[in-house]
Parts: sequence; structure tokens; C-alpha cells
Amino acid sequence: MRIVNALRQADLRGLVLPLAFLALWYAVTRLQLVNTKLIVPPGAVLDAAWKVVASGQLLAGLQASLVRDLSGFAAGSAAGIALGLLLGVSRWAERLVGPTFHTLKQISLFAWLPLLSTWLGTGEAAKILFVALSAFYPVALNTFEGVRGVTRAQVEVARVLGFNRRQLAWRLVLPAASPQIATGLHLALLYAWLATIGAEYLLGASSHGIGNVVIRGKAAFHVELIIVGMLLIGLVGMALNRLAAAVEARVLHWRGPGH
Amino acid sequence: MNTASSSVAYAPPSAAPLAPLVPRWRRLAAWLAARALALATGLVLPLLLLAFWQYAVDRHWLAEQILPPPSLVRDSLVELWDNGDLTSNLAISLKRLGWSLLIGGGSGLLLGLAMGVSRTVKAYVYPGFQLVSQFPVIGWVPLLIIFAGIGEALKVSAISIAVVVPVAVNTYQGIRNIPRALLEVAAVYRFSFWQTIRRLVLPAASSSIFNGLRQGVMQAWLSLVFVELLASSEGIGYLMVWGRQLLQLDIVVVGMIVIGAVGIVLDRLLAWCASRLHGWQRRAY
Repeated sequence: MRIVNALRQADLRGLVLPLAFLALWYAVTRLQLVNTKLIVPPGAVLDAAWKVVASGQLLAGLQASLVRDLSGFAAGSAAGIALGLLLGVSRWAERLVGPTFHTLKQISLFAWLPLLSTWLGTGEAAKILFVALSAFYPVALNTFEGVRGVTRAQVEVARVLGFNRRQLAWRLVLPAASPQIATGLHLALLYAWLATIGAEYLLGASSHGIGNVVIRGKAAFHVELIIVGMLLIGLVGMALNRLAAAVEARVLHWRGPGH
Repeated sequence: MNTASSSVAYAPPSAAPLAPLVPRWRRLAAWLAARALALATGLVLPLLLLAFWQYAVDRHWLAEQILPPPSLVRDSLVELWDNGDLTSNLAISLKRLGWSLLIGGGSGLLLGLAMGVSRTVKAYVYPGFQLVSQFPVIGWVPLLIIFAGIGEALKVSAISIAVVVPVAVNTYQGIRNIPRALLEVAAVYRFSFWQTIRRLVLPAASSSIFNGLRQGVMQAWLSLVFVELLASSEGIGYLMVWGRQLLQLDIVVVGMIVIGAVGIVLDRLLAWCASRLHGWQRRAY
């Protein structure tokens, strides 16, 4: 009964456009109105999806990509939190490092790739470093802003309570900055996935990864494979986004309702 | 004695704000000194890095093709600028950016406006839009290459997609956040539909729209460099690919410097526009 009610209340108008798109896609390929080599029929995409999933090629690629993504993310965000904390707490560190950091930040992410790949080769090291770089900037920036948001009054209370430096960091500054840090980590997760895919597209067809599968599909003009890969990349991105939002809500639930 | 001290004590109160009066030039000097100090401390790290770079070159830690000396990078920058390679490629990249901002920004604005103003449009379009917008732009590129080739159409379409999403989302949210009371006032004044849009909705949502545009520009610049690195025969990204293939890393570093410089200029330009926008808002109230 509840399901029926939910169905009745759900706004089905949102389904119209996607369904119309699918129907149009099916119709033009079925009636041979277009070059079906270029615009492949939806059935062929499903077929290709089933085949690559069954052969394990795509899933192995996905696994390789995720490992790259998460290790780069972990390294980059750890470095980002450390630098953001340092810049936020120490005026001198900010004066010394801040301008350089803000300047280097302006170099568009992918512009680093030719240099990194020349130095480190097109192997795993260059990719992971690149992913780490992509995660580093948003985390460092947001951590810095979060730490700057700690008020003087809060620090004074901590001083009165006799907190030492470590207690100050762990029990005041990090918790107070945690909503901003969480925002930074969330952004970093999205950027890291973007960077993983981008690095796989740009660096070498030899390695395994979901991006490599897609780029090989492009070289072989295998449109079904490209579409399947794209959908999978999108789904993983979406899942990571959902996951980050859920973790954020859970970890920060102490802020209470209204956030 | 007594009178003298009291005359000091009872100095006219109007003098009090003048008491900490420091000559203007002195304040200016202090401000300049602070700026100079900030500049000097900010330059310490870059200079150290530069010295380290030169040192690494001198000690031959890496082959010269892989680690060009700073002087060579400077010479290449001057040379590429003088013979027009840099300026022509940069012009091509900026042209792509401009077209994409126009196309993507325009359609994003219209889409956001339509979804924000009309509940019906929102009900039909928003779920599908939200689904598509979660796909990273970079994922689209191989498919776009199949459909659009690797010509100008590919770059402009890929970068436009990167702009549409943030502009549309922020426009929509900006309109959603307009207080109901304002709309009711507009209804009381019997504003026509276009009057409401022009005189209420657009101004009220302007800072949110601008925010979306700002995100859009940054996304566009990111995607532009990516697309040019992946598939291109001209443009600043291509210049870097070319330099890398010739193992002339000085050209790659020049490309990075130029990309960083353009990033800074875009950032400043947007910040300036934002301050103008806020200036207008303060005058309005």
C-alpha cells in the first residue's frame, strides 16, 4: 500500500524527457535513419555492456582506476590538510608559502600532466601523483579557510583551560574546522575521479583502467564500448558523490539540524 | 599649577579623535612597508625553488632535455612570444574559451531561468538535467570525438557542456531563493511577465548567477586545457604536447607559465566583476 502511495505521489513528469530520448534513439536506429555505425542502437550498447562485464575487462579496469583514484586521494588530502592547517595556524607560514600556493593553484590541473609524465613516465607513479595534486588544492584551501574561521574567543577559552599545542590542534582547531574540511574532501573526491579518468585518457593506452578501455574503444571506433565506459564512469562519479554526502552528514551530525 | 593641569584635562572633546593623528604620509609609508614586507616574504619561497632548480641543473641530476635550465625557459618564452607562436596559439585558445562561454553560458542561463520560473519546466527537465550533470565532462569527450571529430566543434561543444551545468544550477537556485514577498509585491504592482523577469528575477538572482558563471569559467579553462592536450592541432595545450614530443621541456614549462598567467588574469577579472556587482547591490539598498 505504501509503495502504491509513493508511486502515486512521485512526480513522473521527470521521466518523460529521458524516456523520449531513449525512444527517439531506438526509433532512428531501428528505422535506419542514421548511420548505425556512428549512432549505435541501444540494444547493441546493452549487448556490449553485457559482454564486457562478462569478460571482466571492464570490471578489472574499474578496479585499477579506483585503486589509483583512492590512493591519490588519500595522499593528496593528507598533504592538503597538513598544509591548510599550517597556513591557517601560523601567520609566518602563510606569508612565506601562501603567495606561491595561490599562484601555483592557478595553473590549470591538466597542464601539469605533460611535465609529470616526462619526469615519472606514463606509469602508475605519474598518475597517482597527478590525482594527489588534484585532491590537494581543494582540501588545502578549505582547511585553511576552516582554520581561519576559528574565533579568537575560542582559542582564549582553550588557553584558559590550559590546553597544550597538541590539545589545541586536536580538540579545538580540527573539530572547529571540520565542516570546511569535509567540504574540501568532498570536492577533492570529485576532482580526484576527474583527474583519474583524465590521466588515463591522456597517458598511454598500455595500462589498465576504465579510461584506457574507453580510449581504446575510441581508437577502434567501438562506439558501444565508449558509451558503456562513459556510463560506468558517470555512475562511479555519482556513487562517490552520494557516498561523500552521506559520510559528511553522518560525521557532522553533531552540528544539529538546520545544516 | 592647578589651572594649567585642568586646562589640559579639559581639552575640548573634539580634539580627542585628532589625538592619534599621524601624518597621512606616515600611514602611507607604514602601509607601503607592510606591502613590501609581504611581497618580500612571498618571494622567498619562489626564489629558493628557483635556486634549487638551477642547482639541480648545475649538478646534472636530470638530463637537460628533461630538466631545462631556468635561463632556457626564459629565452624560449621570449622567443616564442616574439615569433608569434605563443600569441597565435593563445589567441586560438582564448577564442575557443570565449565562444564556449557565450554558447554554454547563454544556454545555461536560459535553462536555469526556465527551470526557476516555471514549475512545469522544472518538473519535466530537472530530474534528467540533474542526472546528466553528474557525469564528469571529461567522460563525454571520447563520445564527442566520434560525433564531432577533433575539429573546432569538439572543443567548443565539450567546453560549452562544462559551462552549462554550473550556470544553470546556480541560476535555478538563485531564482528559487528569491523571497516570496518580493514576487507578491511584483504581483501587486501588476508587473507583466517580462517586467518581473527583467526588474525582479534577474537582479535578485544576479549574484548567484554570477557565482555560477565564475565556476563555469574555471571549469571551462580546465576542460579547454584537457581537450587541447588530448586532441588538437593548435592552441596552448597543443603547444605543450608538441614541446613534449620534441623533448623540449622548456616549451612545456612556458605553456604552464602562460596557462597559470591566464588563470590569474581570469580570476582577477572575475573578482573585479564581482566587486562591481556587489557595489551595485549596496547602492540599491
